[in-house]
Amino acid sequence: MKNNFDVKIAFSIIAILFIFVGIFQSWGFALSILNLCLISAVMSMGVNIQWGFSGLINFGVMGFLAIGGLATVLVSVPPVYEAWSAGGKGILLSAIFIILVIYLIFLINKKIKFKYKNYLIVSLVILLIPLMKFISGPSINAIESIDAATSGYLGGLDLPIVFSWFVGAILAALVAFVIGKICLGLRSDYLAISTLLISGIIISLVKHEEWLSRGVKNVIGLKRPVPYEIDLQNSIWFPKLIEFLNSSVLSSISNLDKRTAMLTDLVISSSGVFVKLCFSIIFALVLIVLLIFSEKALRSPWGRMMRAIRDNEDAAKAMGKNVVKRHLHIFMIGSAIIGFAGAMLVTYDGLFTPSSYQPLRYTFLIWVMVLLGGTGNNYGAILGGFVVWFIWIESAPFALFLINILLSNVDDGNSFKVHMVESIPYFRYLMMGLGLLLVMRYRPKGLLPEKIIRS
Amino acid sequence: MDFINSIVLLTNFIFVPALTYGSQLALGAIGVTLIYGVLRFANFAYGDLMAFSTMLVILFTWYLQSKGISLGILPTAILAIPIGIIGTIFINLFFDKTVFEYYRNKKSSPVTFIVVSLGIMFVLNAIVRIIIGPNDINFMDGERFIIKANEFKKITGLDEGLAIKSTQFITLIITIITCSVLFYFLNKTKTGKSMRAYSNNEDLALLSGIDPSKIIFLTWVIVSILATIAGTLYGLDKSFKPFTYFNNLLPIFAATIVGGIGNPLGAFYGGFVIAFSEIGLTYAYKKFFVYILPEYLEPNSLVQYISTDYKFAISFAILVVVLLYKPNGIFKGKIL
Repeated sequence: MKNNFDVKIAFSIIAILFIFVGIFQSWGFALSILNLCLISAVMSMGVNIQWGFSGLINFGVMGFLAIGGLATVLVSVPPVYEAWSAGGKGILLSAIFIILVIYLIFLINKKIKFKYKNYLIVSLVILLIPLMKFISGPSINAIESIDAATSGYLGGLDLPIVFSWFVGAILAALVAFVIGKICLGLRSDYLAISTLLISGIIISLVKHEEWLSRGVKNVIGLKRPVPYEIDLQNSIWFPKLIEFLNSSVLSSISNLDKRTAMLTDLVISSSGVFVKLCFSIIFALVLIVLLIFSEKALRSPWGRMMRAIRDNEDAAKAMGKNVVKRHLHIFMIGSAIIGFAGAMLVTYDGLFTPSSYQPLRYTFLIWVMVLLGGTGNNYGAILGGFVVWFIWIESAPFALFLINILLSNVDDGNSFKVHMVESIPYFRYLMMGLGLLLVMRYRPKGLLPEKIIRS
Repeated sequence: MDFINSIVLLTNFIFVPALTYGSQLALGAIGVTLIYGVLRFANFAYGDLMAFSTMLVILFTWYLQSKGISLGILPTAILAIPIGIIGTIFINLFFDKTVFEYYRNKKSSPVTFIVVSLGIMFVLNAIVRIIIGPNDINFMDGERFIIKANEFKKITGLDEGLAIKSTQFITLIITIITCSVLFYFLNKTKTGKSMRAYSNNEDLALLSGIDPSKIIFLTWVIVSILATIAGTLYGLDKSFKPFTYFNNLLPIFAATIVGGIGNPLGAFYGGFVIAFSEIGLTYAYKKFFVYILPEYLEPNSLVQYISTDYKFAISFAILVVVLLYKPNGIFKGKIL
C-alpha cells in the first residue's frame, strides 16, 4: 500500500500547486496550464506504453503528434468544393497509383525470390517520386491556386472535431505500422535515431504538402467540442449563473450602473474560464478512461507478457512469444495514443501550425516527462506530464523572481540584468536538463517507480 | 562552349556547395563516430556542443575585433578557434566527470547514455541561448569572395559565372588539414593505435595495458577539436543560429550511420554522400539541359528530382535505406 500512498501525496502536491497558481496568478491561467498538463499526460502515457511497458525507444513522438493534428484538419474543416472539382480527380488518381505501387512492392517482397530484390524495391521507390510529381503536379497546382490566401487546399469532411481524435489515433497507428515494419528490428540506439529522422520526414511532408494541410500557411479557426465564449456571453443562462454565483459580491454594490458593468466584466472573464473548464473535463475524462484501460492492460496476461519481453527478450522468445509481432502491436498502440493526444492538442489550440513542430518541444520534452515521472508506471507517466509541463510554464516567472532577488542591488538599466531578463524563456531548458540529469542519477526509475505486480 | 558552360554551372551550384557542406558534415560525423566508437553511445548533445563551441569562438572573435586585431583577408574567427577548443574541452571533461563517468562505471545500457545525453543537450541548449541569444549571428569578416561570378565571366568570357566564397575555400583547406592529421594520428601513432584497439575490443585493450582514462580523455579532446572546427566553419559559411545547429545533428547522424557508425573514414565519406545527394537531388537541372541539349529537346519543366523543401528529408531517407539493407553502413562500421 505504500506505493499508493506515494501517488496520493504526489498528486495532492500538484493540486495544491494549481490552487496556488489560481489564487496568485489567475484561474484562467491555472486552467490553461491544467489542460496542457492533461494533454501532456496523455502523450506521456503513450510513450510510457512503448518505452515503459515494452522497452521500445521511440523518438518520433513529434511525427505522430503532427499526424494527429493533421487528422483534425482532415476531419473537421469543411471541404473546399472548388478545389475538389479542380484537382480532386488527379489526387484520387495518384492515391490509387500509390496504393498500387505499395501493393506491387508488397508482392515483390513476399512472392518473388530474387537476389537483388531489395535494390529493385528501392529503385521502384526512387522512380515513384518523379512519376508522382508528373501525375499529381497539375492538380496540386490547381488546388493550391484556388483562393490561395484563405484556402488553397482540399479541406476536410466537416465532421465534429471529437471524431478527429479517433481518426488521428487510427492514422498514427497506420503510420506506426509502416515505421515499425521498417525499423523495429534495429538495436535500441539505431531505433532512436531512425525514428527521430523519420519523424523529421513526416514533419516536412506536413509542412510542404500544401494541398493537404495548407502547410506553413496554417489552418486557423478549427471547430471546438465546447461552446464559444461569445455564444456564452450572449446566452440567457450563463449571465444568470454568474449573477447567482457572485450574488454576495454584486449585492454589496449599491449603484445599479456599476453593478451591471461589473456583471458584464464578470461574465466576460468567466466565460473564458468556463470554456477552459469544459475542455478540462473532457480531457480529464479521456485521461481517466485511458488510465483505467492501461492499468487493466498492465495487470492482464498481456501486460505480463510485455514485461517479460522487455526484461528478457530471449527468455520470452524461448517461451514461444512472437516478440517481433508484439513489438509491432505495442508500437502501434502507443503511437495511436500519441496521435490521439496530438489531435487533442490541436483542438485545444484551435489552429494547426505545422512549422511549430520541433523535436525539442514535441519529442524530447515528452520523453523527459516519462523518464522523470516513472517508466512503466501509468501514474508516474501522468505525474511526469503534470510536473514537467508545470515547470515548463512556471520556470519563467520563477527565473525572473530569482534574478530579481540575486541582482536586487543592481539597478534595472544594467546591461547584464537586462540581458538576463531577456533570456528568461531559456531557463526552462536548463531546468529540464538539470532535472533529467538529477533524476537519472539519483532516482533512475523516476519519481514514481514501477510497481512489481505479482498476480 | 555550351559544354564548358554547363560544367561551370554544375560546379558553381552543386559541386562547390556540396563539397563545403560535406566537409562540415564530415567533421561533425567523425566526432559523433569517435564518441560512439570509444565511449559507445550516440551523443544527442553533439549539435548543441557544436553550438556551444561556436559561441565561444564568436565571443572571442568579438573580443579580438574590439581590440582591433584581425587577420586581414581571412576571418578573425580562425584566430579564436583555439580558445573555443580549450573551452569545449573543459565543458566536455566536466560533463564526462560529473555525468558520463558514473554510468560508464555502472556499465549502463546504451539507452541510459542516450537519455543522459538528452539531459546535457537541454543544458547546453539553455546555456547557449542564455549567453548569446537565439538569433542569427553573422561573425564572418575579411574578404567574402575569392572569385566573383562577374570577374569569372570577364576572365574566361563564358556566359556562366563561377563564384567561390572564401569561406568555402577555408572550409576545404581546414578540413583537409584536420582530417589528414587525424587519420595520421589514428593510423600511425602509438596512442592512436591504442585508441583504435580500445574501440575494437575493450577487454583485450585493457589486458594489453592500455589506460582507459587516457583514451577517454583523448577522445574528448579530439571530439572537442572537431566540434569546434566544424561548428565554426558552418557558422562562417552560413551563419550562427543555435536552432540550426541543433537541426544539423540529424544530417550528421545520417552521415555517421551511412558511413558505418564507429568508423571515422566511413563518417568522412558519409558526410559527402549526404551532402552531394541533398544538393544534387534538389537542384533544378533545367539550365544545365538547356546548355547541353539541342534546342528541340529542351525541357520546359524544372527537371528537379524533388523540391528543395525536402532537403533534409533526403538525408533521412538515405539513412532509412541504409539501415534497412546495410545496417553496418556502406563502409562497415563498428571498428574504429
